[in-house]
Amino acid sequence: MKPPAAPIRGSGVGPDLSSRPETLTTDNMAAYLIRRLWQMIPTLIGVVLLVFFLFKYFGGDPAEILGGLNATPQQIDAIREQLGLNKPVWQQLLIYFRSIVTLDWGHSWATNEAVSNIFATRAPATLTVMLPILLLDTLLALPIAMWVAYRRGSLADRSIMVIATVALSVSFLVYIIVGQYLFGFQLGWFPVQGWSDSTWTNLVTYVPLPVLLALLVGIAPQTRLYRTFFLDELGHDYVRTARAKGMTERTVLFKHVLRNAMIPILTNIGLALPGVFIGSFLIEVFFSIPGLGREIILAVNRSDYPVIQAVTVYLAILTMVVNLAVDILYKLVDPRVVLK
Amino acid sequence: MSAVLSTPGVAPRQSEGVWHAAWKRLRGDRVGMSSLVVVLAFAALVLLGATGLLARDWQKEVGVPNAPPLFMGPAPAAEQSAIPVPKGPNVDISAVDPLAPRYKEWDERAAKFKAVETVKRETLPFGGDRLGRDVLTKAMKGTQTSVFVGLMAAVAATLVGTLLGALAGFFGGKVGDFLEWLYSVFTAVPDILLILAFAALFGRGIGSVATILALVGWTGLYRQVRAEFLKHSVREYVRSAEAIGASAVSRMFRHILPNISHVILVRMSLLVVGFIKFEVILSYLGLGVGVDDVSWGTMLAEAQSELILGYWWQLVAATAFMAVFVTAFSLFADALRDALDPKLRGLE
Repeated sequence: MKPPAAPIRGSGVGPDLSSRPETLTTDNMAAYLIRRLWQMIPTLIGVVLLVFFLFKYFGGDPAEILGGLNATPQQIDAIREQLGLNKPVWQQLLIYFRSIVTLDWGHSWATNEAVSNIFATRAPATLTVMLPILLLDTLLALPIAMWVAYRRGSLADRSIMVIATVALSVSFLVYIIVGQYLFGFQLGWFPVQGWSDSTWTNLVTYVPLPVLLALLVGIAPQTRLYRTFFLDELGHDYVRTARAKGMTERTVLFKHVLRNAMIPILTNIGLALPGVFIGSFLIEVFFSIPGLGREIILAVNRSDYPVIQAVTVYLAILTMVVNLAVDILYKLVDPRVVLK
Repeated sequence: MSAVLSTPGVAPRQSEGVWHAAWKRLRGDRVGMSSLVVVLAFAALVLLGATGLLARDWQKEVGVPNAPPLFMGPAPAAEQSAIPVPKGPNVDISAVDPLAPRYKEWDERAAKFKAVETVKRETLPFGGDRLGRDVLTKAMKGTQTSVFVGLMAAVAATLVGTLLGALAGFFGGKVGDFLEWLYSVFTAVPDILLILAFAALFGRGIGSVATILALVGWTGLYRQVRAEFLKHSVREYVRSAEAIGASAVSRMFRHILPNISHVILVRMSLLVVGFIKFEVILSYLGLGVGVDDVSWGTMLAEAQSELILGYWWQLVAATAFMAVFVTAFSLFADALRDALDPKLRGLE
């Protein structure tokens, strides 16, 4: 769980810290940004090649899937011709690269819907479910974690640890199956599944049940993780010094410990961010939420290359940008971090 | 990491090995030891199942469909939805039945085969599924599949991650750059997409699931092993080994690897739990184990529709087995980490 960034705490008493307080000039920041963005290109090319060849050679044949069961060989050939599947491989690859550069992904082979339109309509649904989950997870887990870390070894602390272990031991599937049955079917508190066009209706009617279930399964382990980060900081000398100076516990906890623990916490949130955009496909499948996660599964089942390729490239870029953003955030949170 | 744990002042003697010290620490950990017992019991279950001594005939339809558990008593007749046997005498229609002349011949032929009348049981120890298979036997067989897949996948992912991590950390340079590139590519593609693509490539089955999970899950371990190799490759003992002519392979796997094996072991035990949960989801989606196999995931997939009809036992059986195993294994993994890496003790 250590952040992958430059040494942060290990060199806490190193000479370079006091003598040369690394200033964040716009110049070296720009250089850093350019270098990092430049490094993304080979990774992106790798992602493109991996996905292209994986689906090209091992996925289903899109022409046969589109043709259906009764298609004649001539029809399938015609589809292949139309989709450009009979062109040489390098030409198909070139088309893929061209669509990345021009950001024009064309239309879905299965539904003829514009890929950009698929994104525009599916992403909001995913965000409507996933953002509340991430937000509530973090906002609830942080204070609990701080509290149990502070009261380490107490009954509350130990109970949280036990609950975390047990909550994590059961598959999320079970939570969904039982939750839908109990809260939706038996008690009738929430609709079992569904979705509407209005964001507000979604938020108050359809989103609460999946969010509740995701929190049930996610909050205890999250607390446990954050607790580790806080404990790590509470053991440091600066905490003892702060207390010896006569600072209130509140100042120690919120001004000193919290700020130092922010680095691993931010990493953790950053790592979770790309997942927010894919959406938990399990949630989307079970609650029939028309989001991106469900769309990915549909696209793979139909060998719908334009959609698969667009999703992959977007998510890869997103992951890398988020990683970069997290690294820059380190710098803002902890000036000792040297960006290199 | 192979630090000697001797107290100063005591006369120098044979120092305690890291494994021995870890075992001593583990033995003192009550939670760790009891979870180890549970894990070993499950391991015995898996072994017995694999050798065919236990739950071999889980596919036998021993009970009536959806037979309730023993303690609930048989289901009322109306719920069994059996077609009532018509009463009254049979009407003789042999005059108009075109098949009538051949009945005798068929009866004779049928008599050559031995037919066994099986009585389907009204209740089963922990209920039956849709086909009347014993849920308890099924859960044991499912445990065997799920645990086996989790372990195999974790071992495979560990092998891949360790090998690549060792190469990247030890050699660095071009090899390291290439492996770092590979790592960033694999982490930039969403897991679900990789899994779906690999699932199309390998098809269904126990081996395929393990392979798929290993191919997707090696990255975290790679990162950690690489970091450890980076750290260790410049240490004095490795330099000394080089000075006396130890080859690169020998330095990597005979000198450094034993010194970081506890890190790998702890990481691997965490992978097992993650992979078991992933197998459940894959099998649920129909990408997991084959149709002739049963795992916790396939049981849950069946349980969803059963639950609405009120047949809750399959869900409970699969969940209970999974919860007990995963809890015990996680606790054991924690204890293992505490024992092998005392610096981290009590942090988590």
